Amino acid sequence: MAAATRLAGTLPSQRRAGVRALRDAVDNRLLDRALVLVFPGPTTATGEDLVELHLHGGRAVVAGVEQALAGLGLRAAEPGEFTRRALAHGRIDLTEAEGLGDLLSAETEAQRQMALANSDGRLRRAVAQWAATSTRLSAMVEAVLDHADEDDVDGSDAVLAGVRRDAGALAVEIAAVLAVPPVERLRDGIRVVLAGPPNAGKSTLLNALVGREAAIVSPLAGTTRDVIEIPVTREGVAWLFLDTAGLRDDSDDPVERIGIDRAAGSIAAADIVVWLGDDAPPLGTRAIALHARADVREGVADDRLAVSAVTGQGLDRLWAALGTHAAALLPKVDELALNRRQAHHADAAAGALNRAAAQDDPLLLAEELRYAVQAFAALTGMRATEAVLDDLFGRFCIGK
Amino acid sequence: MTFDVVIVGGGHAGTEAANAAARRGATTLLIDFDPTRIGAMSCNPAIGGLGKGHIVREIDALDGLMARAADAAAIHHRMLNRSKGSAVQGPRVQADRVRYAAAVKALLVHPKLMVVAGDTVALLTDGERVAGVELADGTRIAARSVVLATGTFLGGTMFRGEEREVGGRVGERAATRLGQQLRDLSLPIARLKTGTPPRLDGRTIDWAALPEQPSDAGVWTMSPLSDPAQRLPQLACAIARTNDRTHDIIRAGLDRSPLFSGSIEGRGPRYCPSIEDKVHRFGDRDGHQIFLEPEGLDTRLVYPNGVSTSLPSDVQLAMLRSVAGLERVEIVTPGYAVEYDYIDPRALDATLGLRTLGGLYFAGQINGTTGYEEAGGQGLVAGANAAGAALGLDPLILSRESSYIGVMIDDLVLQGVSEPYRMMTARAEYRLRLRSDNAATRLHAIGIAAGLVSDARQVFEARCQEQRAALMAAMERRHVANALAAKGAPVGGSDMRSGSEWLLVPGVTPEHLGIEGDPAVLGELIEDARYAPYLERQAAELTAAKVDHVELPRDFTYGAVPGLSNEMVERLTLAAPETLAAAGRIQGVTPAALVAILLHHRGGKLAA
Repeated sequence: MAAATRLAGTLPSQRRAGVRALRDAVDNRLLDRALVLVFPGPTTATGEDLVELHLHGGRAVVAGVEQALAGLGLRAAEPGEFTRRALAHGRIDLTEAEGLGDLLSAETEAQRQMALANSDGRLRRAVAQWAATSTRLSAMVEAVLDHADEDDVDGSDAVLAGVRRDAGALAVEIAAVLAVPPVERLRDGIRVVLAGPPNAGKSTLLNALVGREAAIVSPLAGTTRDVIEIPVTREGVAWLFLDTAGLRDDSDDPVERIGIDRAAGSIAAADIVVWLGDDAPPLGTRAIALHARADVREGVADDRLAVSAVTGQGLDRLWAALGTHAAALLPKVDELALNRRQAHHADAAAGALNRAAAQDDPLLLAEELRYAVQAFAALTGMRATEAVLDDLFGRFCIGK
Repeated sequence: MTFDVVIVGGGHAGTEAANAAARRGATTLLIDFDPTRIGAMSCNPAIGGLGKGHIVREIDALDGLMARAADAAAIHHRMLNRSKGSAVQGPRVQADRVRYAAAVKALLVHPKLMVVAGDTVALLTDGERVAGVELADGTRIAARSVVLATGTFLGGTMFRGEEREVGGRVGERAATRLGQQLRDLSLPIARLKTGTPPRLDGRTIDWAALPEQPSDAGVWTMSPLSDPAQRLPQLACAIARTNDRTHDIIRAGLDRSPLFSGSIEGRGPRYCPSIEDKVHRFGDRDGHQIFLEPEGLDTRLVYPNGVSTSLPSDVQLAMLRSVAGLERVEIVTPGYAVEYDYIDPRALDATLGLRTLGGLYFAGQINGTTGYEEAGGQGLVAGANAAGAALGLDPLILSRESSYIGVMIDDLVLQGVSEPYRMMTARAEYRLRLRSDNAATRLHAIGIAAGLVSDARQVFEARCQEQRAALMAAMERRHVANALAAKGAPVGGSDMRSGSEWLLVPGVTPEHLGIEGDPAVLGELIEDARYAPYLERQAAELTAAKVDHVELPRDFTYGAVPGLSNEMVERLTLAAPETLAAAGRIQGVTPAALVAILLHHRGGKLAA
């Protein structure tokens, strides 16, 4: 606040925009005429006092103001610092912080929308509602256990049957959210592995897909030895393309053999395999089988997509096929999607609720419901707080 | 001379404290207004119940008095929740009031223990520590530790209609001057309220008109050391029921009830409300049960459980006489409400010692609890720790996963109380392992380590453990289904399973498996097998919970943590949790707040 006053002369009243001439505190040089907004803590995003300076664009203006602020002993925030301060001041909870963490690293529109939804507390509200339902069911069973001997509580089988039914319904509701693909693919990109025998044109295709000479191309079989990863954004979707060593059994080059092993590992971890071989694609993968180098090879099989990286033939159809797969692999923007940690706890809760729905012993029914309530608490960070934080800040404290 | 431990108050907390302190080897003095009243049951003539019965068994496992005294005086047995899992079964007995007090006095004999009559009016202090107590006649008694177990007698006021009387129990005095001194020590003190029903003359009850509730057919005891053959003749209880006319009479008298005229400021228990509360809050109910419980074998007194009241005496009589079976009933002593001082237990640590004054311990109703069992459990822990502090022994700290007593003390010192605290099985997150049938298994080793367990019990438990080991080996033996079918089990085929797995199949009995042994030990092992998968999961949870074992300093300044509400700051400051996990258990502390506390605590370790 003091620094802002030095820069702007006077500050507008709280939460009202005012035009001010920003001047360097040392030489009184005019830096910009800017909109200034003052937000007093603790009811701000971070819980601290905030001043916003809306500058005219242009790197020189921004750099000049930054320099003037640095002269007053201020510094730029580090990545994630605002989020961390908001967390430290109790302004947001962990699910919101995780959403913001995703937002900060969002590069595509889909990522941004999903991250914003979570940071907005949508997930927190959904979890709060699940937790409230579980708590209500748990309380009903506890009343039967602790007080049915006094005649104030209805301990009949009908009450417990109702609890089991509601627990089952909640499990179904959670399962629907769990069925939504995980949010990580939005952030990290869909892993597309280009695989096939040596010299099938994988690297050439990669370069055509990513639009630059990312991989070395030569007519020699076995040119690509290590796995090459190229991130690409196209139509709001993040992709990670992996070019791999050609698969063959007879290589006696030890380096190439390591490359082949890595290629096999990449295929196993792929979201989609683009298969350039003429024999069947690897089993158990989501594969798009190509008829590669269609410009020089005849005779396309019916179930193959003819592609030539050289002429560009079939590339649009390949992108369309990738897009179809992507739709199934990514959460839709209006869906509630969980990250891996959140899904783990939600899954635990749904499992407990499912077991509760089938549990005749009221004592074990109560136990399952208690377990579900606990899992929801863990989802918002109630338990094992330290572990969650360490994981979270492992992502935030870049450059620490 | 200087006593190691002085106990003030000879109720359920004070007697357990005195007994535990003496057993740990401390020279102990128990001071009561009137030692002839030691062991009195001032309310319900029952010991045990859901959650409470668990505590009684735990007290017994640590060689306390309550279970054995209850067995010596039991005239009616009832295992609550018998149809549900054993972890929520609660043993409860009706006790003959006179015989119970006599049994407590008889058990309270130890060469290290003296009992004297005295009116304790003040604590003596010596800087940071307690130094003894002063009696009304000016006698000063030096002590290294003091346990205050004054029940409702601290600043107690009794209410009945328009009548007021100072005291904690009819006809006895209240420890008012001591209460004033505690207020002067700026301890956090507030008021709570409880009540008791009128006592009836059993000869004026029409028993034949009322449904009978007989004692359990099966024979069981609170303590495994009690001899079932010694048990007293069993009496039945009867069940009466209020009706619309009763409720009309109560409503007409509400303006004369101190609860409704605003005379009582303290909060009463929600789960043990007065009959006027029940009628007022649940106006749509057409009746409430009254359990008519005989107070003993040689007395005409009957305790009408369910009609605690502070209405004027004439309204009490009219209300009772409107009930079928009680048309000609006579009241011997009318019911009343009592309002009393309690100290906020968040001022205590897990030893039940006051954090701000060394050597001073609190146990029982003075900590905001209700019930003999809750008082007894705290008394045992406070007495053991008072002795420990005086003699330089390890503290006795019971964890939540070890016992209901541990759950209770953790709740008290972390959460405080907003109404008189009663144990319920729902309070124990490790309920499946905290069964009333395995209290000895859970606590025996802890009791021995603390020096609380007598030789006789050690011999008995050693024998049980041998049995347990032998039976466990027998239960691990594998049997094929057809072999069991030959002995009459409702199974068949070539299925091969261990004995403990077969016992979970309905209809398969230990006899089919050729397993013989003490039924109590065998029953415990079968229950262990039944809950084994769940117990394993809880064991995993316990390990996971250790992740949160971040220690917080006692003098942590919660006010300096940004983003905590004033309410949270107040709760956290009062409870001064020792770990982050404990802070997380405090009511109203949100995940976001916990994160803020952790980040503030880590301070410089975070890149900011």
